[in-house]
Amino acid sequence: MSEFIAQTAERVREHAARKSPLRIVGGGTKGFLGAPSAGEPLEVSSYSGIVAYEPRELVLTVKAGTRLADIEQALAAEGQMLPFEPPRFGEAATIGGTVACNLSGPRRPYAGAARDFVLGARIVNGKGEDLSFGGRVIKNVAGYDVSRLMAGAFGTLGILTELSFKVLPRPAAEATLAFEMGEAPMIDCVNKWAGQPLPISATAWESGVLRVRLSGAASAVEAARVKLGGTDVPDGPDYWRALREQELPFFQGTAPLWRLSVAQTAAPLGLSLPQLVEWGGGQRWLRGEAEAGPMRDAAQKARGHATRFRGGDPADGVFHPLAPAIAKIHRRLKDAFDPAGILNPGRMDNF
Amino acid sequence: MAHAPPPAPRGAVLAALAAVRPPLSVVAEAERLAAFETDAYIQVRQTPLAAVLPESEADVIGLVRALAPIGVPVVTRGAGTGISGGAIPHADGVLAVLTRLRAIVRIDAAARLAVVEPGVPNAQVSEAARPAGLHFAPDPSSQVVSTIGGNIAENAGGVHCLKYGLTVHNVLGVRLVDGEGDLLEIGGEALDAPGYDLLALVTGSEGNLGLITRATLRLLPRPESTQTVLAAFDTVKAGAEAVGAIIGAGLVPAALEMMDRVVIDACERYMALGLPKAEALLLVEVDGGREEADEALGQVEALLAASGATEVRVAKDEDERAKLWKSRKGAFAALASVLPDYYTMDGTIPRRALPEVLDAVYALGREYGLTIGNVFHAGDGNMHPCIFYDATKPGEFERSEELGGKILELCIDHGGTITGEHGVGLEKLKQMCLQFREGEIAAFHDVKRAFDPAGILNPGKAVPTLKRCAEWGGMHVRAGRIPRPDIPRF
Repeated sequence: MSEFIAQTAERVREHAARKSPLRIVGGGTKGFLGAPSAGEPLEVSSYSGIVAYEPRELVLTVKAGTRLADIEQALAAEGQMLPFEPPRFGEAATIGGTVACNLSGPRRPYAGAARDFVLGARIVNGKGEDLSFGGRVIKNVAGYDVSRLMAGAFGTLGILTELSFKVLPRPAAEATLAFEMGEAPMIDCVNKWAGQPLPISATAWESGVLRVRLSGAASAVEAARVKLGGTDVPDGPDYWRALREQELPFFQGTAPLWRLSVAQTAAPLGLSLPQLVEWGGGQRWLRGEAEAGPMRDAAQKARGHATRFRGGDPADGVFHPLAPAIAKIHRRLKDAFDPAGILNPGRMDNF
Repeated sequence: MAHAPPPAPRGAVLAALAAVRPPLSVVAEAERLAAFETDAYIQVRQTPLAAVLPESEADVIGLVRALAPIGVPVVTRGAGTGISGGAIPHADGVLAVLTRLRAIVRIDAAARLAVVEPGVPNAQVSEAARPAGLHFAPDPSSQVVSTIGGNIAENAGGVHCLKYGLTVHNVLGVRLVDGEGDLLEIGGEALDAPGYDLLALVTGSEGNLGLITRATLRLLPRPESTQTVLAAFDTVKAGAEAVGAIIGAGLVPAALEMMDRVVIDACERYMALGLPKAEALLLVEVDGGREEADEALGQVEALLAASGATEVRVAKDEDERAKLWKSRKGAFAALASVLPDYYTMDGTIPRRALPEVLDAVYALGREYGLTIGNVFHAGDGNMHPCIFYDATKPGEFERSEELGGKILELCIDHGGTITGEHGVGLEKLKQMCLQFREGEIAAFHDVKRAFDPAGILNPGKAVPTLKRCAEWGGMHVRAGRIPRPDIPRF
């Protein structure tokens, strides 16, 4: 066992004995996300580096403190990528924090989320045990899928120490097209296109303009471009990066940002707030002072859920409340993985 | 682990089932129960106290709520095609057979999803989605009969996983009745759900966490064009290297299937397909838009030639394509012509270890005096060695089982896993003690308790008790002498 893991495990055991909470800190770029969690900071970004990378196996194993930027550079050198296109929200962003928040970027509906590419996770649970789940192979059904459970658990079930991923080749060619259209026709359009064998890898709509990214073999991108029409967007890569990093003008300012994850075909929500719709209709960002109740009602009506992503009233909670039967399972999982309740307590509202 | 309470007497179980309203469809006669005594892991047979055939979600809830208070085991069964024994009944329990829940509730073409009941056979989903130009990607070889509920319970794979993922990547939501009879709505139509990823836990949980009553499945557009190539190699190593070269070139084929000479010869004898004489055959399929598939085909042909393929055949049309696939799809039937009985393994290894592992597998076969044929999902390193034996010869089955266990240990030693897509069931409990340590096994039991505190769902399957592991001695003996301590174990 590495010294870092041994020390981390020891520290967790010691805190568990005193029921003294720990706040897990990686690159410190996602502190805004989730409910605030008290506790002594536990720095994990020092445990970094690539453990194994076999481009021909499409498998990457890294220490969880490794910077996303470093990982993406190593992958790019081999013509590969993390297919879920994670946002960084700052150069110090680590892969551990990315997985803990299950953050995925514009490619998500067409490639999959962070959780879809996690193959294995090594964790220190709330009892200070060093545990390994999943593996370093693409197909593996031995044991329950605890590694994927860690994706989006915000560190409340364990401290991520090492992670394995399936990676994929970067597309040979990309192009971005723009179309002027209203929200309702846009929703029809992006869903209709998603049902056809087109190499669409991202969509985003705001202020009456839909942008569509095509990625794949050069011939496929060219054929789709001819088929779809629209106008070429020359600075496509900049746009998608700015969208991913929430650097577009839409995201500027201090107004609260709500994320509504809804059925991709859900009709326009009809909320009178500025809106940016991506993920083929599945992810709808809203800006402005809004009460949590109507946002959650709107999300639920659209067969989804609402997250208070940035800003707003902390009293509202961050995440969509869970149904009682689902909350029951959450409570038991939390109590089993972290019986003393010391890992990022409250970061996921009640967990 | 708490001591299990004494089993409820048969009369009490039947009375509890009879009290459920509206009444359940219960099978209790021995001769009718015999139909359910095994799944496709035919080495083990067990009659349950009774079988129930629910006709609605309410029936499923009623059955669990009737049995949970008296601690009666509930084993769930779909079509019974699982080959690791996951659906083998419990002697003191009730078998829940979900095949009557077979409605395709809706196909939503615009949203590209299907809402189905658990007893719907896999292939029927794609059939129903075909008019919309869509399909359900997971395609286990049993897909004509195996059910969606079983596919989710086992996290079924198939031949197209490298590009299109496993079942876990293609399920958006489930409705699940947990061990307390509570209905959990997990996931749904959105691309994610609040809270912990319970959908990931349920997928592949082998009937241990709940009974699925409904599933929302992601449908994908059918590819516009598919190109299939068959390549012959003088050595398995050359074939494996060709796979690496294809992936290294930035291609993600829809399928990459390999078979060794034992299988090639069996196919040839059984079906006379006119296959090339070779030590290894590699079937490569690329798909997508027409331009994309054509471009990929050209690249694959060049890479195969550069990798030393002795012959390359490209299917010119759908007929030829079907012919090339016939060897792979008919392989298991062809193998049955070698010897009547065979035992299929399901380990996964990092692909680069394939030649070495295969040599070791053949050496084990010689040591045990048993023939082994190999088919692999070469793209993802999932290997299916088939061990041939003659069940009429005393001791031969036991020898094949022991040999199978050795093969799985070989997979663990090379940084792989004991099961890529078939599940642990009853079959691989012992090897679970080798792949995982005490802490992980304990965590699995914690997960189970969260959904099923009384432990009534499929008890004794998928995860061994720590006590069994200790009795087998596996964990302790091997922990100190793993042949390759340098390979991380996860």
